[in-house]
Amino acid sequence: MTDTAAKPALQPGETAAKAAAVSIREIFLEFLIIGATSFGGVVPYLRGSLVTKRQWIDDTEFVEMLSISQSLPGLNATNMAVLVGEKLRGMMGSIAGILGICLPGGMLMFAVGIFYHHHGDHVWITAALKGVAAAAVGLILATVVSLSKKSLAHNFDFVFIAMTVVAVNRLHLGVPRTLIAVGILAILFHYPRKAQTERVAQ
Amino acid sequence: MNQIPALARVFAYLSILTVGGGMAAFPEMKILTVDVHKWLTFPQLIHLYSVGQMAPGPNMMMIVSIGQWAGGILGAIVVLIAFFGPTAVLAFVVAKAWRKLEKWPWRTSIQQGLAPVSIGLLLAGCFSMAKGAISGVETGAIAVAVLLILLQYKVNPALLVLGSAVVGLLTFMPK
Repeated sequence: MTDTAAKPALQPGETAAKAAAVSIREIFLEFLIIGATSFGGVVPYLRGSLVTKRQWIDDTEFVEMLSISQSLPGLNATNMAVLVGEKLRGMMGSIAGILGICLPGGMLMFAVGIFYHHHGDHVWITAALKGVAAAAVGLILATVVSLSKKSLAHNFDFVFIAMTVVAVNRLHLGVPRTLIAVGILAILFHYPRKAQTERVAQ
Repeated sequence: MNQIPALARVFAYLSILTVGGGMAAFPEMKILTVDVHKWLTFPQLIHLYSVGQMAPGPNMMMIVSIGQWAGGILGAIVVLIAFFGPTAVLAFVVAKAWRKLEKWPWRTSIQQGLAPVSIGLLLAGCFSMAKGAISGVETGAIAVAVLLILLQYKVNPALLVLGSAVVGLLTFMPK
């Protein structure tokens, strides 16, 4: 996690040399390992594997790719697989990356789905799932808090958060219309000013 | 009835809505999979999503279960491609252009503007899930406890979900 940031940054040439030798098979296998072991959130595992262990990308590239992944639709995990795969081996690299990271969890949930379909109404499973579902709500709230601390550039952004929630949950405008309407407002609010120092200061 | 075309359509559409994370698509996912197509019930959707948080990899792999229920193994594969394909293509195409736009001042504006909207979508998804998942003092307490622990300590979230399963088992088992 954060310990990787403490390591001295690689020279750009060094990662480039390491990245040049990567095969499609290696990309697939590395992302397969991440896909099979990344319990509780993919991002720290991605960093540990791609930056620290394999040194396919350096930390600056990692942060840059992650910020692109977050702005685009799609999950961080799969967007990162596509971006890193693309950087290493173009389109085939992307396909290898996304397949690798999706396969283990996908196969697991395939099996879990079948099991749950047949046994989901057992009393002890229903009881356990009630706890699990409540925990998932807490989990999402924690993500909301940590993202708010990390990625908001202005206090007024909380108004845009509130507008989004009201539009989806109260006015039932639907996600696409909300995204476009509030998104445009928020982007205009953050129009390019001459001094973009507030963000750098963070 | 053959559900494959509907699965492909619904999940390709949901794919585009996942701005900032899978949860952003949750309200729409509930409407389409539960209310419109009746592939599963709302409690089932919540259960699958929550159990999915314990699985490794991208945190929306529970969509595979929905595909499997509605259309067997083919349904699972179709859902996987429909849900991850469109955004993967977009990431592939846009990332290159995005990097070239580094000096474009509106790039920062777009990133700063999308940040609160994606957090809002996440929160909206959370609330629409809480409607089904939080049903009393006990479930509310579990959610708050998980939130506080995560904010205070560095714990693996998957372990907390697992722990809450045990708490749920002890609390909600009919005596």
